[in-house]
Amino acid sequence: MSKLAASMEEAIRQAGLRDGMTISFHHHLRNGDYVLNAVVAEAARLGIRDITINASAIFNVHAPLVEHIKNGVVTGLECSYMDAVVGRAISMGILEKPVIFRSHGGRPAELHSGRSHIDIAFIAAPTADKMGNCTGKHGPSACGSLGYAFADAECADRVVVVTDNLVPYPLADFSISEQAVDFVVQMEKIGDPAGIVSGTTRITRDPVGLLMADYAAQVIRSSGLLQNGFSFQTGAGGASLAAARQLKDMMLEQGVTGSFGMGGITGYLVDMLDSGCFESLMDVQCFDLDAVRSLRANPRHREVSASHYAAPLAKSSIVDNLDVVILGATQIDTDFNVNVHTDSQGRIMGGSGGHSDTAAGAKLTMIIAPLVRARLSVVVDRVLCVTTPGVTVDVLVTQRGIAVNPARPELAHRLADAGLPIVDIHDLQRKALSITGTPKALPEGGRVVANVIYRDGSLIDQIRQIHEE
Amino acid sequence: MRRSLLFLPGNNPNMLINGDILGADGIILDLEDAVAPDEKDAARILVRHALGALSYDGVEVIIRINALDENEFWMRDLEEVVPLRPDMIMPTKVRDAAYIREVSAYIGRLERQNGIEDGAVGLIPLIETAIGLENAFSIATADPRVKALFLGAEDLTADLRCARTREGREIFYARSRMVSAARAAGIEVFDTPFTHIDDDEGLVEDTRLSKSLGFSGKAAISPRHVKAINQTFSPTREEFEYAREVLAAIEAAKAQGKGAVSLYGKMIDAPIVLRARQVLEMEENVKGGVKR
Amino acid sequence: MEICKEAFAGTLESSDVLVEIFPLEDGIQVEVQSVVYNQFGQALEETVRDVLSRFDAGGVRVLLRDRGALECTVRARVETALKRACTGGE
Repeated sequence: MSKLAASMEEAIRQAGLRDGMTISFHHHLRNGDYVLNAVVAEAARLGIRDITINASAIFNVHAPLVEHIKNGVVTGLECSYMDAVVGRAISMGILEKPVIFRSHGGRPAELHSGRSHIDIAFIAAPTADKMGNCTGKHGPSACGSLGYAFADAECADRVVVVTDNLVPYPLADFSISEQAVDFVVQMEKIGDPAGIVSGTTRITRDPVGLLMADYAAQVIRSSGLLQNGFSFQTGAGGASLAAARQLKDMMLEQGVTGSFGMGGITGYLVDMLDSGCFESLMDVQCFDLDAVRSLRANPRHREVSASHYAAPLAKSSIVDNLDVVILGATQIDTDFNVNVHTDSQGRIMGGSGGHSDTAAGAKLTMIIAPLVRARLSVVVDRVLCVTTPGVTVDVLVTQRGIAVNPARPELAHRLADAGLPIVDIHDLQRKALSITGTPKALPEGGRVVANVIYRDGSLIDQIRQIHEE
Repeated sequence: MRRSLLFLPGNNPNMLINGDILGADGIILDLEDAVAPDEKDAARILVRHALGALSYDGVEVIIRINALDENEFWMRDLEEVVPLRPDMIMPTKVRDAAYIREVSAYIGRLERQNGIEDGAVGLIPLIETAIGLENAFSIATADPRVKALFLGAEDLTADLRCARTREGREIFYARSRMVSAARAAGIEVFDTPFTHIDDDEGLVEDTRLSKSLGFSGKAAISPRHVKAINQTFSPTREEFEYAREVLAAIEAAKAQGKGAVSLYGKMIDAPIVLRARQVLEMEENVKGGVKR
Repeated sequence: MEICKEAFAGTLESSDVLVEIFPLEDGIQVEVQSVVYNQFGQALEETVRDVLSRFDAGGVRVLLRDRGALECTVRARVETALKRACTGGE
């Protein structure tokens, strides 16, 4: 038997794509992905319409979706993150049916429980054999971990592997096995390696960012959690990475050996692994080529699925064992609810990703954000969208002070005793407003354009249409 | 209590907004070399508005003005900023005592016109020419406004016709001369900034050298240099201990009605007590992060 | 203050504002473009008009392209552009 399809058209036909179906993609090729656009373009060419796309994330490279939506080819979107180009179009109301936002942990959970369903999964694979054994670790378009693709392979009715590097059977170093795969199709290139590397894996040079990173490292040091066995995760923003660098120096200085680093893995975490700061790295996604190389070569750097990483209803998951996570925020309100779905004007430009999952699991959840961004306070009365509920958020670090959730008084005392500038979050807000002036409230939003589903399956918030002049 | 003085370009709103939390004891808002000639007007107007609206609590505000020359930018600079009562003005390319007296007189007129007490605005002359260096002592004593001297090695070495190097041997004499002149005049003295932004080790070496020569503190052109400068110029643990002992000795002597006090065989007179208080005040501020 | 030529001040950097001044026959026109238009559009226009009135400037069109400048920055840039736009400016 042969699973090899001669062309994308043949793969789509053989997989049985029809009007109204749901197709899925992972986002490991990030902003260098060619596969989603290629599949949808081919489907459109074949006259297929009313498709729902369930992609773990949608990037700006997926801008052609806007046309497909306007033409009725795509009528539904589900994802954990949506970048600004498609996001803004959604915010302006081009899609009739509200987008469904989930978290990285919630997406596989709903697939496994059957609450959400995929007809055909298209799995971009940097290397595959003709039976569909595939991996992201090797190949010219290598992306490292395929963490977000496992649930698709396990749960979809049909699975199509899309590769630009077909190797002889069997691919011994497989991540996803042939058991789940129906068809294999080749493309000239599945993606652009330069776009696969995220633009955010550089330590910030901005002095304000460095100051916040310094505070963050001191918070970790004073929290009492920095002992042998320590575990850590951080986002890939410049200030977060600067904090990771400081953490590395502290751990080496104090001779602390951590248990694991989790991510979103960058070269900085690989460096910590190689320096002996951690026993292992658990990798659901590689952000840069250093991470890809390390995943290939180091047995203590493990690829994990999104379920293993963050599934809320699994018997246990990695986030439940996390000590400290450092995250960002577009907005945070005086109840410590965090928004990373929209910007301050209400335009979609992000999503939970792993934000709400890690915040829920970690013993210490720390948000780093500058107090004011372009005349707008980061601290607001009420966030435009609740991505992550305040009950899971412990500390806000800004360059003008550190606020601790009132539910953690012992933590606040520890940090204050260590000489850190602990202030009430309302005072931070007041300070911000004294700098910016008082903003007018945004006009009321229009109809709902997105439903935000929290990791436990409940509807935590809704995003409304905005009007732009 | 000044260990670090951080240069911030005067025409850059972002830097002005965050100037107070970058950790420096003093900020130098630059209307001179950091601003293109076409933008001198924009910079001084921006600095005036920023001083009026933003709070710079906990940092000393110094304004670097343009040199006395035919452009007369320096006069426009002073007219713009003196009414906002900055802590100090840094005149540039200072040649001699007469230069200082001219600037001081102009400031005095502006203080009077604006209901500011006479002498409120201090001076920290930037010495960056050979003639200025030769006249260091007379510049330091030219006027009661002069609170400190500041060495500018980049322009100085150009004037001396030698290369500016990382090790700084070519400015060794200049540094010592500045310290000597300032101390003889009873005022503070600040060292030239280290200009290799990414050379952390070089920065620490250069800063330690400054301290060992007797400088009060050092300027920085990058916010990332501030921490190392503060650390080097902060009193050591031994100095803190000694300061506490000095004040304890003073208290004990007062209680016993004794006039003269000695500690470790040395008479404790007023300057030592003042220094001890300054050291302990530094400890208070060094402990916290954001200054209050 | 008489506006006799075009002038501009400021930049399009984040937290700054580019202010352009044009002479008009008479009257005052203010146009505001801002990344925070929803929140501060009205305040920005009021600030411009206030600065114009303090300098008794008429017959002028002001165009603001704002990148989230604070009030003090807006005032400074408008004032600078005004002074550049009048006779014997700098």
